[in-house]
Amino acid sequence: MTDLTSLTIAEARAGLASKSFTARELTDAHLAAIEAARVLNAYVLETPDRAREMAKAADEKIAKGEGGPLAGIPLGIKDLFATRDIRTTACSKILGNFIPPYESTVTTQLWRDGAVLLGKLNNDEFAMGSSNETSCFGPVTNPWRRDGSNTTLVPGGSSGGSASAVAAQLCMGATATDTGGSIRQPAAFTATVGIKPTYGRCSRWGIVAFASSLDQAGPIARSVRDAAILMRSMAGYDPRDTTSVDIAVPDYEAAIGKSVKGMKIGIPKEYRLDGMPAEIEKLWSEGAEWLKAAGAELVEVSLPHTKYALPAYYIVAPAEASSNLARYDGVRYGLREGAKNIIEMYENTRAEGFGAEVRRRVLIGTYVLSAGYYDAYYLRAQKVRTLIKKDFEDCFAKGVNAILTPATPSAAFGIGEKGADPVEMYLNDIFTVTVNMAGLPGIAVPAGKDTQGLPLGLQLIGRAFDEETLFSLGDIIEQAAGRFAPAKWW
Amino acid sequence: MSVDATTVRRIAHLARIAVSDAEVPHLQGELNAILAFVEQLSEVNIEGVEPMTSVTPMEMKKRTDVVNDGEIADTIVGNAPDTMNHFFLVPKVVE
Repeated sequence: MTDLTSLTIAEARAGLASKSFTARELTDAHLAAIEAARVLNAYVLETPDRAREMAKAADEKIAKGEGGPLAGIPLGIKDLFATRDIRTTACSKILGNFIPPYESTVTTQLWRDGAVLLGKLNNDEFAMGSSNETSCFGPVTNPWRRDGSNTTLVPGGSSGGSASAVAAQLCMGATATDTGGSIRQPAAFTATVGIKPTYGRCSRWGIVAFASSLDQAGPIARSVRDAAILMRSMAGYDPRDTTSVDIAVPDYEAAIGKSVKGMKIGIPKEYRLDGMPAEIEKLWSEGAEWLKAAGAELVEVSLPHTKYALPAYYIVAPAEASSNLARYDGVRYGLREGAKNIIEMYENTRAEGFGAEVRRRVLIGTYVLSAGYYDAYYLRAQKVRTLIKKDFEDCFAKGVNAILTPATPSAAFGIGEKGADPVEMYLNDIFTVTVNMAGLPGIAVPAGKDTQGLPLGLQLIGRAFDEETLFSLGDIIEQAAGRFAPAKWW
Repeated sequence: MSVDATTVRRIAHLARIAVSDAEVPHLQGELNAILAFVEQLSEVNIEGVEPMTSVTPMEMKKRTDVVNDGEIADTIVGNAPDTMNHFFLVPKVVE
């Protein structure tokens, strides 16, 4: 029998349907792989008992012909999604041993469709980071290494555990969240496929909040088709999230293999940065040529406010975070530090519970919202955000169907290599953050390797609620570039 | 704009995060690096631009104002660090 953990979701679905193996066998293979890969630190909690129970239930349903679209597919869940009766921490000390008495809407839908929970995946604390080094459980290791090197690399962040686990075949797919690039950047660093859907496509209910006007859930998987399969189960209107949009969820998988002939693909000149590595430039041109060969038309477009997206983000996101994270007060759940009065209790709890990056962002957010600074910072940033969104609207109004950009300005870097200067780390999200600011969908697809053998990705940005076009185009890139897996060393 | 040590202490207190005197210079440097980075926004012409208040243009759905959950006091206090008779306990607030 082939190694069950190397299958795609689509292949596993076929194998389960034809009774080549059982859901229990598929789950057991993954549980064994997880156990053998603890050095990657991708999982912060393994749930083997729950996984076997769910797999058994899936086998029974499959036998009766009642298996859902994800029946028996073992998944990892980012520790930002509340899972009922299973510890959920956002990888922060301040949530401590929080056991949610409820389940997030996105994961509820995955279980409804028959998926199996393998465990909770590591992430940057409260999803704040681009390297998964801010987690209170320690950094995640990228299964990829530079050719002939033993240097430990980051998987990107904040969904670093999700990306690492999917790339290392420790789950067939994973949930992730993206506030400024947290799905697409780690996907690019690990040769996985990650899509941030349009704001409002997935319910945010039951996902630990970071910046509510930017946060969106999405999948990380090993193929474009697998991402489409997961996306269909994760998306949908939820009355408990008033920003989720009440429109039908299409069969995203049907978009795979659809002709892209005549589509207009925008190449934004503002994404051609000074000093951009030649191999990123080359990858970008190759990607454009692949789409052209498939019948798409390339057009140069301009998104003039691109350079202001990241600074505006570093006002809007911390402002919203400082407000959202006010709830961690040591009263109703999580960590509490002793003190003689309630103010000191709040201050000591939050000083002890939040890591350095979270504290930094809460302080910045508090400052830009404080009396006398609100107009100069927050209001101005929200106006700039309107301009960023308008750039995209103008572009789409000219008939552009999607925009092609690099996913990241570099390949994965070493643990501890960046971060002395917080802004240096923030620059990782330079190509992805615009998409969150405008609320648009964006997909990162592996497209090649750099000279050191590390994967690089391309990003496609689509019109609001047109994820289908991204799957169609992403599939063309995947067909041309092929899929990449890291050589196993762990 | 940049922040001085007094401002760092004031923001930290507003955010209810204890900061020791030894941490202030370091934090001040980091916050000023971020503020210097976002300073470039001042060159954008925002004359007549509306601030973004809603990411997706949509009307917020209203729901009926009914009780549809409740009677779960045990669950509500289940994760609390300190409780008594379904109340959350905190250090003394009133002297």
